[in-house]
Amino acid sequence: MSTAETEVDVRRTPGLVPVTETMRTVEREPGAAPAGPPAAAPPPSRPVAAFWRLLGSELGLTFRRPRNQVMLAVLASVPLLIGIGLRIAAGDEAVGGLIGAVAGNSLMLTFVSFSFLVLLLMPVSVAVVGGDSVAGEAGAGTLRYLLAAPAGRTRLLAVKYLNAVLFAYAVTIVVALSALVTGLVLFPVGPVTLLSGSTVSVAEGLLRILVTVGYVGAGMAALAAIAVALSTFTEVSIGAIAATMVLVIVAQVIRAIPQLDFLAPYLLPTWWTRFDAVLRSPIDLAALGQGLLVFGAYIGLFCSIAWARFTGKDITS
Amino acid sequence: MTVVTHEAGAPSGAAPPSGDPGDAIVTHGLTKRFRGGQVAVDALDLTVPRGSVFGFLGPNGSGKTTTIRMLLGLVAPTAGDYSVLGMPLARALPRVGALVEGPAFYPYLSGEANLLRFDAADPTAAGATARTRVGEALERVGLSAAAGKRFRNYSLGMRQRLAIAAALLGPRELLVLDEPTNGLDPQGTREVRALVKEIAADGTTVFVSSHLLAEVEQMCTHAAIMRTGNLVAQGTIASLNGGLTTRIRVETPDAADAARVLDALGLADVRSAAPEVTAELGGQAPEEINAALVREGVAVRGLAVVRPSLEDVFVGLTGEGFDVDG
Ligand SMILES: Nc1ncnc2c1ncn2[C@@H]1O[C@H](COP(=O)(O)OP(=O)(O)OP(=O)(O)O)[C@@H](O)[C@H]1O
Ligand SMILES: [Mg+2]
Repeated sequence: MSTAETEVDVRRTPGLVPVTETMRTVEREPGAAPAGPPAAAPPPSRPVAAFWRLLGSELGLTFRRPRNQVMLAVLASVPLLIGIGLRIAAGDEAVGGLIGAVAGNSLMLTFVSFSFLVLLLMPVSVAVVGGDSVAGEAGAGTLRYLLAAPAGRTRLLAVKYLNAVLFAYAVTIVVALSALVTGLVLFPVGPVTLLSGSTVSVAEGLLRILVTVGYVGAGMAALAAIAVALSTFTEVSIGAIAATMVLVIVAQVIRAIPQLDFLAPYLLPTWWTRFDAVLRSPIDLAALGQGLLVFGAYIGLFCSIAWARFTGKDITS
Repeated sequence: MTVVTHEAGAPSGAAPPSGDPGDAIVTHGLTKRFRGGQVAVDALDLTVPRGSVFGFLGPNGSGKTTTIRMLLGLVAPTAGDYSVLGMPLARALPRVGALVEGPAFYPYLSGEANLLRFDAADPTAAGATARTRVGEALERVGLSAAAGKRFRNYSLGMRQRLAIAAALLGPRELLVLDEPTNGLDPQGTREVRALVKEIAADGTTVFVSSHLLAEVEQMCTHAAIMRTGNLVAQGTIASLNGGLTTRIRVETPDAADAARVLDALGLADVRSAAPEVTAELGGQAPEEINAALVREGVAVRGLAVVRPSLEDVFVGLTGEGFDVDG
C-alpha cells in the first residue's frame, strides 16, 4: 500500500484524477433534480413485447452460432447423400422394396430420410441445443447477468425451452426440405404408393409430409424438454448433452431386448419411428394421437422438473 | 425465487418520492450457509443510505460476493431478510446495475451485441431505444472504438469496462460493483474511480466491494468492513476513521532531540524510532511544530501529517493484517 501522505495528497488534489473525454458526463435532462435518485424512470413494461424480444435474442444466438449452423448443414446433407445413393443403386434395373419405392417416387425420400435420422442424428442436434441452454449460460457466467437484468427465472426458462422447440422444428423442416428437393431432382414426380399398396395424389403426399413434420417435431420437442431439464442441473453443457444422449441410447437398447418389451410404449424412440402411421391408408390417427400424448407427457414432466430445479437453484457460477 | 411480475397500470416505474428516499439496501440477519456447511455470510445487518458511495470491504473469501449475490436474488439466503430500493426485488432489479465477480459475456459476440443481449433480458427496457443506450454505455466506459470487436479478442481491461457498461445500460438508482477495478491498469483504475464519482454525483447510490482499502478510502463516503462473513464495522468514512487520531511524523537524524521538542510542545504519545519520530498531532499546527523543531536545531528531513487510514481502522478492529495488494 502506498504511504498515507500520498493518499492525503490525492484526496486534496482531485486534479490528479484525469477525467478523459470518454468519461464525460452524459447530458442530464433539464429540470431533473440534481440530488436524489435519477428522475428518468424505466418505460412502462410491456411483458409480451419484452418476452418476444428476449426470445428473438435467444433465437439469434442459436441460429447464428456456427456450431448449430454446421449441425443443420450436416442434417441437410444426409437426405442428399441417401438420394444419390439410392439413385445409383436403382440405376441398374428395376429393384423392389425400399429402393424401388423411392426410385419410383420423389416424395418417398422424405419418409426414408426421417427413418434414417430420427433415431440418432436429429436427437443429437436437439440434445446439443437443449443441453447447452441453461448449462452453457451458467458455465460462461452469463446466467448471473441475465438473471440480474432481471430476466426472471420462469421467463428465462420458458424462452430457453421455446427456443429449443423451435430449433427442433427447424431441424425437422431442414431434413424434410432437403429430402423433398433432392427427391424432386433425382426421382420422378407422381402419385405416391403407400405401405398398404394404395396410392394418393402428389398434393395429398405433400400434406402427409407436413403431418410428418408436425409429429416428428413434437417428438424432438419432447427430447428438448429432457435436455433442458438436465441442463438445469449442471454448469457443464457437455454433461447435459451427453446425459441426454445416454438416455436416448439406453432407450434404444431397451427396445432391442425382447424381455423388456413391456417398457417400449413408455420410451420416446418407440414413438419417434411411429411417424410411418402417415403412410397407412387412411392415416393411422390413433397411433399419431397416442404418440403425441406420450410426447406431451414427457414435455409436462420434464418442464416441471426443469422449473422446480431452476427456480430454486443458487446461481453460484 | 425471482419471478418477474408486472403491475398493470402502476405509475410506470416512477422514482420513489424524493422527500423520503429511505435506504438503498437494508439487510437484517442476512445469512448464507452453503451446502458444504460453509457459512459465507453470518447474520449481516447492513444499511446503505441512498446517495452514498458505499465501500464494501473485506479480504478474499470474507463473503462480499456472496452478499451481493443474495442482494441480486441469485442466491437464496439461509436466514434473514433484505430489501433493495425498498421495493420487491423483481421491481427493483431493473433499476439496479450490477457487476458480479468479474465480466462474463458471449465470446463469439461483439461488445455491442453482448450489451444488446443483456438489455433484451430486462423486461422494462424498450427495444426501440436499445441501440442508443448501448452506444451511450459503451462511450461512457471508453469502448466505442471496440464496440464491433468480438468479446473473445478484448483485453482484460476492456472486458472489465464492458461489464461496467452493462451495468450502465439503463437509468439506474443503484449500482452494485463487485471489485470493479480488477484487472485495470492504473489509468483504467483512475477512470473507474472518476466514473463512480460522476455517477454518484447524479444521485445514484453506488455499492462497491473491494479488498483494496486505499481504493475505498478514495472513492467512498461510507464503508462496511467484513471479516470471515461477519460485519466488523460500518459507517461514514469519517466516523470509521474518527476512532483514531491524526499523527505527525518527523523524519530526522536527530531523533532524540526531535522527541524532546515534541514532548516540550505538549504532544501526546511521542514515539521515537530513528530516523523517525511520531506523535499525536492534537490540535496543533504542523507548520508551528516545524518552526519549533528548526529553532531547536533539529535537522528536519521530512514532515508529514498522517491521517488514520482505513487500514489502521481495520487493524484496530480486528487486530489482524489485511491482504492489501495496492
Ligand atoms: N458455491 C459455494 N459453495 C461453497 N462455498 C462457497 C461457495 N461460494 C463461496 N463460498 C465460500 O464462501 C466464502 C465467501 O466467498 P465470497 O466469494 O463471498 O468471498 P469474497 O469476499 O467475494 O472474496 P474475494 O475478495 O476473493 O472475491 C468463501 O470462503 C468461499 O469459499
Ligand atoms: Mg468476490
